Amino acid sequence: MSLNNNVPSGALSEKWTNYKSKMDLVAPNNKRRLDVIVVGTGLAGASAAATLGELGYNVKAFTFHDSPRRAHSIAAQGGINAAKNYQNDGDSIWRLFYDTIKGGDYRSRESNVHRLAEVSADIIDQCVAQGVPFAREYGGLLHNRSFGGVQVSRTFYARGQTGQQLLIGAYQALSRQISNGNVKMYNRHEMLDLVKVDGKARGIITRNLLNGKIEKHAAHCVILATGGYGNVFYLSTNAMGSNVTAAWRAVKRGAYMANPCYTQIHPTCIPVSGDYQSKLTLMSESLRNDGRVWVPKKAEDAKAIRERKKTGLDIPEEDRDYYLERRYPAFGNLVPRDVASRAAKIACDKGNGVAPTGLAVFLDFASAIQRYGRSSALSQNIDNPDAATIIKLGEKVVEEKYGNLFEMYEKITGENPYKQPMKIYPAVHYTMGGLWVDYNLQTNIPGLFALGEANFSDHGANRLGASALMQGLADGYFVIPYTLGTFLSHEIRTPTISNDTPEFNEAANAVKERIQRLANSQGNQSVESFHRRLGKIMWEYCGMSRNAEGLKKGRQMIRELRDEFYKDVYVPGSDTEYNPELEKAARVADFLELGELMMCDALDRNESCGGHFREEYKSPEGEAQRNDEGYTYVSAWEWDDHNPVLHKEELTFENVELKTRSYK
Amino acid sequence: MKLKLRVWRQKDANSKGGFHSHDVEADEHMSFLEMMDVLNEQLISEKKEPVAFEHDCREGICGTCNMVINGRPHGPQKGTTVCQLHMRQFKDGDEIVIEPWRVAAFPIIKDLVVDRSSFDHIIQAGGYISVNTGQAPDGNAIPIEKDISSEAFDAAACIGCGACAAACPNGSAMLFTSAKVAHLGKLPQGKVEHEGRVQKMVAQMDKEGFGFCSNIGACEVECPKEISTENIAMLNRSYLGSMLSSND
Repeated sequence: MSLNNNVPSGALSEKWTNYKSKMDLVAPNNKRRLDVIVVGTGLAGASAAATLGELGYNVKAFTFHDSPRRAHSIAAQGGINAAKNYQNDGDSIWRLFYDTIKGGDYRSRESNVHRLAEVSADIIDQCVAQGVPFAREYGGLLHNRSFGGVQVSRTFYARGQTGQQLLIGAYQALSRQISNGNVKMYNRHEMLDLVKVDGKARGIITRNLLNGKIEKHAAHCVILATGGYGNVFYLSTNAMGSNVTAAWRAVKRGAYMANPCYTQIHPTCIPVSGDYQSKLTLMSESLRNDGRVWVPKKAEDAKAIRERKKTGLDIPEEDRDYYLERRYPAFGNLVPRDVASRAAKIACDKGNGVAPTGLAVFLDFASAIQRYGRSSALSQNIDNPDAATIIKLGEKVVEEKYGNLFEMYEKITGENPYKQPMKIYPAVHYTMGGLWVDYNLQTNIPGLFALGEANFSDHGANRLGASALMQGLADGYFVIPYTLGTFLSHEIRTPTISNDTPEFNEAANAVKERIQRLANSQGNQSVESFHRRLGKIMWEYCGMSRNAEGLKKGRQMIRELRDEFYKDVYVPGSDTEYNPELEKAARVADFLELGELMMCDALDRNESCGGHFREEYKSPEGEAQRNDEGYTYVSAWEWDDHNPVLHKEELTFENVELKTRSYK
Repeated sequence: MKLKLRVWRQKDANSKGGFHSHDVEADEHMSFLEMMDVLNEQLISEKKEPVAFEHDCREGICGTCNMVINGRPHGPQKGTTVCQLHMRQFKDGDEIVIEPWRVAAFPIIKDLVVDRSSFDHIIQAGGYISVNTGQAPDGNAIPIEKDISSEAFDAAACIGCGACAAACPNGSAMLFTSAKVAHLGKLPQGKVEHEGRVQKMVAQMDKEGFGFCSNIGACEVECPKEISTENIAMLNRSYLGSMLSSND
C-alpha cells in the first residue's frame, strides 16, 4: 500500500486555512445520524469527544480507568506552549513551528507542525474560558516561562500541575456532553480489538473490566487517543496502567506503526533507588529554568559522594563541572531533552555520577536562591541583607515557583532539595513514535484516526518540553473536528453500523480466545516478572544509546522472552471477574511484540537523530549525526510475526533548511 | 523492616469481606504501594490471589489510589496520597491495618477497590463552564486578579480521590462538591452559571446517597491536597442565596 500523506497543496502558512475553507462538511442533521467511537479520555480523547459531541455527532467514549479524569495527561507538570507572543519577546507561529521542527531533528512533517503552531493560541483561549487557572501576573494577565530548546518564553502553566488543570478542563467539557446525552461514556472498558468492515474501521471489541464481559461496539469511524507506549521499558514516568494495547490491536489489524524507536528519555527524573521500583517520577523540565546541572570534576569527589562521605555542598565551586553550560553556552541548562539526557549519561559513564548506583547528576538551586533572594530583598527595601535573609527570601521565591515539585522530591527521597542539590537521572518519558497518520490524522485504515501521543505526527525524533499538552489538545479541540468531516462527509448515506455481523463476531471470538488463553495460564512466573525482564532488555539494547549488534541481540532476546511468556506465565483469578493481573498480562503480551518492532526500527535507521542515538553515528565531539541523504523518511511498519515490512513516507522540507542541530 | 498487615479482603460487592493477615518485608525507601507490590508478588509466587487495589500515576495527582491505613484515608502523613507515602513513616515490627474507602455512595468492587462513579455524576450535573470549543475570547481579554486565580487554583487542585467522603463520619461529599463550586465560582468565566451550578450539584450529591455535612472538618484534615473547608462555607452561602433568589 502506498502512503499518501494527503497534505494539501499551497503555501505552508495557507494550507490549513484553505483546507478548512474548502473541505467537505457534514450538515447538522447528518451529524446526528453518525456514530463516532473515541477510545481514551486524556487530553486528546476528552477534548475530541467533547468537541465532537458539541458538534452533534453521536459519540461513544471509552476508558479503561474508573473515570475519564484519571488519564495520565493529568500528571504533566510543566506547561503548554502557545505562540501568543504575550511577552513581546519575538515569538510567532513561524518560530514555534521552526523550534518544533528543529527540536524534532528534522524528522517530522512540516505541514502538520505548522498547523499545530497555528492552532496553539486558540488552545489557551479555550482553556481560559473553561476555567483553567493558569499562572497570572499581578496585573491579572497570563504569565509565561521558558522551556528547553527555545529562546522565548511561550509556556503557559498552572503551578506544577498544568496537565491536571488542562485535563480537568477537558473532563468538564466532556462531562457536560455526557450530561446532555451527546456522549455516552464507558468507564472501565478496555479496547481489545479493532473491527474492520470492507476495509474501513467500523468498531471495537471491549472488555468490561468489572465482569470480564466482551462487548461489540459499532460506529461509522473510530478515533484512538490512547497515549504512548513508554511502559514497554517497564520503568518509565508513565502511569502504571499506560499501555500500547489499543494502538497495537489496530496494528495487528493492519494499521502502520510509525517511527516506533523514537523514544524520549527525560533528563530530570528521580534516580532509581531499588529493584522493587516499578515506576519513576519526573521532576519537571521547568526546573531547568532555575536549576543548574553539574557533576564533580574529580572522580574521587564523585566517589566520596557515592559512598556518602561527602555531599554536593562539600564540593567547592571550582571543582564542579556545569557541563551543560560548558558544552552548550547558547542554551545552557535549557538544551532539549535528548541532548541533556545524553550529556548526563556521558558524565555518569565517565565515573562522575553522584548516587550510590553511580547514575545521577546534581540539579542545583543554590544560585537561583541567591539571585531571587537578593532581588526580593531589593524590592522589599531591605538594605544590606545578611546571608541568612537572602537565603530565606530566595527559598520563598523558589517555593512559590516549584513548591509542589520540591515537596514531592522530599517525600520520595527523604532529602530536602532547598538545602541539598537534587539528584536526577534520565528516564523514559514519552514516545514520539505512534500510529502512522496522514494530514487528516487518519491512519492507513480508512475511518481509523489517531490523536495525541498515540500518533507519530508532530514531534519528529525528539519532542520539546510543553509540546505534548499542546499537541493533544490541538488534535482534539481544533484538528479532528474538521478533518473527521473529510471521511464522514462520504458516509452520510451509510446506515447505522450493525455489530451483529461476521466481522464483529469473528473479532469478539478472537478476543475471547486470547483472554481465556491468558486466564488459563498456570505457569510459574508472574506477569510483572516478564514485564521487568522486557524492560531491562529494552533499556539495555534500545535505550539511550543503541548499536546494530545490540539491537539484533535484543530482538532475539525479546522473541525468546515472548515464547517463555506464553509457556510459563502465571495469571491468577478468572476472566469473568475484576482481575487486574489478567489485564496486565494482555498488555504485557502486546508490549512483547512492540518491543521487537522497536528494535527493528532502530536497526533500520542507520543514523542518530533526536532521541534515537546510534553509537556508530556520532560526531567527533559525541553529538548525534544525522544522515539526511539516506533517512529523511518516516518509517511506517506493517506488523508481521516473522519479518515486519517497512513502508517509507519521504519527508520533504520546502520551508526549512536541514541543518546540523546546534545548541552551542 | 518486617511488617504485619491486616488487609480487608472481599471477593465482590455481594460477598462478605473480612481482614486477612499477611507478613511482608519492606524497605524504608519504598512507597506504600511498592510495599503492596512486594506483598502481591509474594502472594502470586504462592499461587494465591493478590490484593486488588487501585493505583495509576503514583505521583499523587491522578486520584486513583485509595486506602484507609490505620483508620486514616491515605495514611498518617499530612497532604499525601497513598502512592506518595513512604515506608520511612513506619517502624520495623509495625502492624498496619488496610481498608477500603467506606462510603455508602462508593460501593466495594473487590478488596480495596471501590466504585467512585458518583463523583463523576456530580460533575456531570453542573461542574463545568458551558463553553463550546471555538467560542472563547482571547485568553487575556479578561484580566483575573492573581489572588483570585490562586484561590481558584487551590480549590481546583482536588484530585477526586474521595478521601474527604471516606474521612467523614456522615460519608458526605461536601468538600469535593464545594471545591468544584469554588474553583469555577471564583473565576469571572464561571460566575455566570454559579447559582444554577450550586443547586444542581448539591441535588446530585444528595441523589447519589452522600450524607449531610455537619462541620466536623475531618475531610480537610485527610485531604491529600489540603483543600480547605472554606469552600464548604462558600457553597453554603451560595446555596442559600440561590434558594432565596431562585426563579424556579
